[in-house]
Amino acid sequence: MRIIEAEKITELVRNLCISANMHLPADVEGALIRARDAEPWQPAKDTLDLLLDNLRISGEKSIPICQDTGAACVFAEIGGEVTVLGNFEEAVHKGVRRGYEDGFLRKSIAADPLLRGNTGDNTPAFITAEFVPGDKLRITVAPKGFGSENMSALKMLRPSDGVEGVKDFVLDTVKKAGPNPCPPIILGIGIGGTFDKVAYLAKKALLRPLDVPNPDPFYAQLESELLESVNSLGIGPQGFGGRTTCLGVSIEKMPTHVAGLPVAVNISCHALRRAVGVL
Amino acid sequence: MSGFVRITVPLDKEGMKTVSSLRAGDRVLLSGTVYTARDQAHMRMAECIASEQALPFELSGSAIYYVGPTPEHGELAIGSAGPTTAGRMDAFSPMLLDLGNKIMIGKGRRSREVTEAVVRNGAVYLGAVGGAGALMSAGIKKCEVIAWPDLGCEAVRRLEVEDMPLTVVIDSTGNDLYLSGPEDYLNSLKNARYSK
Repeated sequence: MRIIEAEKITELVRNLCISANMHLPADVEGALIRARDAEPWQPAKDTLDLLLDNLRISGEKSIPICQDTGAACVFAEIGGEVTVLGNFEEAVHKGVRRGYEDGFLRKSIAADPLLRGNTGDNTPAFITAEFVPGDKLRITVAPKGFGSENMSALKMLRPSDGVEGVKDFVLDTVKKAGPNPCPPIILGIGIGGTFDKVAYLAKKALLRPLDVPNPDPFYAQLESELLESVNSLGIGPQGFGGRTTCLGVSIEKMPTHVAGLPVAVNISCHALRRAVGVL
Repeated sequence: MSGFVRITVPLDKEGMKTVSSLRAGDRVLLSGTVYTARDQAHMRMAECIASEQALPFELSGSAIYYVGPTPEHGELAIGSAGPTTAGRMDAFSPMLLDLGNKIMIGKGRRSREVTEAVVRNGAVYLGAVGGAGALMSAGIKKCEVIAWPDLGCEAVRRLEVEDMPLTVVIDSTGNDLYLSGPEDYLNSLKNARYSK
């Protein structure tokens, strides 16, 4: 057994909240640069240049890449040999509270979905925990803005809809979203599982680096076909037209019921933020 | 990059003419005084109008920016300050445009009612670069909360801006860059194919 004190978790989550909002992951910045270089449409190229300027200015002034510093989505992989001394979830919430305060991040959480108000400290964190072998605790903080979250969608397809049904639903979702999710977007797609699991798979897919395809060749192929199709729509950066509508497509799948084919599409803006730490 | 139209707000007569002559796709550098308002502030402004109370700022010739910035720190006038999705303000914008507001700044699609109000009033909807809050903040020189501080990041702020880079999305003839931009790009591909 390895004991990890709750305070260590709080400290890590605090730091990850700040760094995630200040620095784009290298794979996302790389994809943005490659897209700019490959973009054939000049107005779109100009817009992509502005997005790269944004990253530079954010670094120089130490201010967040985007003012929507997001809902704090926290993914934990807890090693089976790890024991947390204290309350794990409370430690994560506390880390979010500190990170959003110390990092001058925006507090964007409405206290009640209907009565609104604001919790004032960006808590609660939206926590998902998985148990894995080993004696490590791995935490990913992925702040999620709602311009793109609002354009995400889930559908329970029929098994007979098959792969074409999945493709149609993805393209339809992207067309409906149009300029709203701040393209170029990144698509996290969940296929299979149950109503709740498929949404989780879609969000988890956004955690995978853009230069790492699905390990299953069938799904890796589907990822690149979908990327090509989405980039044929013409929506372009900011929706002003161009090739670069999407920087990457990641699919996560799992077995499902014989009667169903759940699909979820979680859209991220170009500011796909995630920071990882291990204790 | 060339071909920017410079505009100063609040608009004078000449500025109003310039605004109604802008066309979708034109690029604008905006300077002067801009007011921030998003969901909650729009609701409260609508309540003010309904109960004939004064608004926090003069609507005539004004520019409204849909933004909820991050907190400022150190020497900075403002934190990160990119646009939020404008469609959530659609229910309120036609009324504000009819009362004199001329420039809306945000990102994302607008309703037909908003486009009609833009045309009716010779106004304009400008797109700021979504997801680029650091870039957009670079043009903001001063920031002061002038109403409803209880709304936090949604409070109404008066911004002094200099050369804020914006793109005309909906113009006073009803053109919409979100339709014409992708169309122009896709047509350019077709034309390239024919000419081969």
